[in-house]
Amino acid sequence: MALDQSFVGRSYPPTDPYEVGREKIREFAEAVGDPNPVYTDPEAAKALGYADVIAPPTFVFAITFKAAGQVVQDPQLGLDYSRVVHGDQKFAYTRPVRAGDRLTVTSTIESIKSLAGNDVVDVRGEVHDEAGEHVVTAITKLVARAAEEG
Amino acid sequence: MTAKIAYDDIEVGAELPAQTFPVTRATLVQYAGASGDFNPIHWNEKFAKEVGLPDVIAHGMFTMAEAIRVVTDWTGDPGAVVEYGVRFTKPVVVPNDDQGATIEVTGKVAAKLDDNTVRVDLTAMSEGKKVLGMSRAVVRLA
Repeated sequence: MALDQSFVGRSYPPTDPYEVGREKIREFAEAVGDPNPVYTDPEAAKALGYADVIAPPTFVFAITFKAAGQVVQDPQLGLDYSRVVHGDQKFAYTRPVRAGDRLTVTSTIESIKSLAGNDVVDVRGEVHDEAGEHVVTAITKLVARAAEEG
Repeated sequence: MTAKIAYDDIEVGAELPAQTFPVTRATLVQYAGASGDFNPIHWNEKFAKEVGLPDVIAHGMFTMAEAIRVVTDWTGDPGAVVEYGVRFTKPVVVPNDDQGATIEVTGKVAAKLDDNTVRVDLTAMSEGKKVLGMSRAVVRLA
């Protein structure tokens, strides 16, 4: 059954702040095998004009995806999470995430579509820092595959 | 932000240095821990096969993280990335052997935009299949 279109535009309360740590960034950079010193060496980061080490571009997904869980697990929306796969991912950055950031995410249902029996939900996560400044927007397309007949 | 590459020196069609990224089961376990994504399709072969996959597959976000390295290694400054988006078209299947899989990434400047930015179109392949679609980044050059 198609999802209720009236959920389009619905926003969820901002998440509690996530504090970005230098060692968490290092761990992520090592996991993707990226030796760029701007992720691990504050001096290298300063040489590029940053106050502290910055995070790789996709690091923030861990925070926005957790926030998108508010949508995915909203019982009123009724998405079948066991059938959800990640379709698309987009980021639009105002600035890179950096160590010391305290980030909150506000998730909004951007669109709901039904394509070939699949429910397709776009969730927009707006990430702001402690000062309320915009850091990055993440658009996550979730596809709940159609249930098999029978 | 200080990219190493100057906007004025770049023409549409310019190719970025291609790179090949290895991915083994150990890589996936490490990425699961670093990213917090412990979905068993990325480390449990039995579970992956039960849900219809050929074997354990890499996290789509891992592949996305590798693909942008072609851009960030080129510019030197990862903070120069203004936008980045991909479509997850095919999974990267990671066999349980010493070799694992590889992700081959190429990139090309597709358009010169305003404010010293360019659009780079990326192609990510594994086992001869395109694993990311519509993989595009906008990056600010010097």
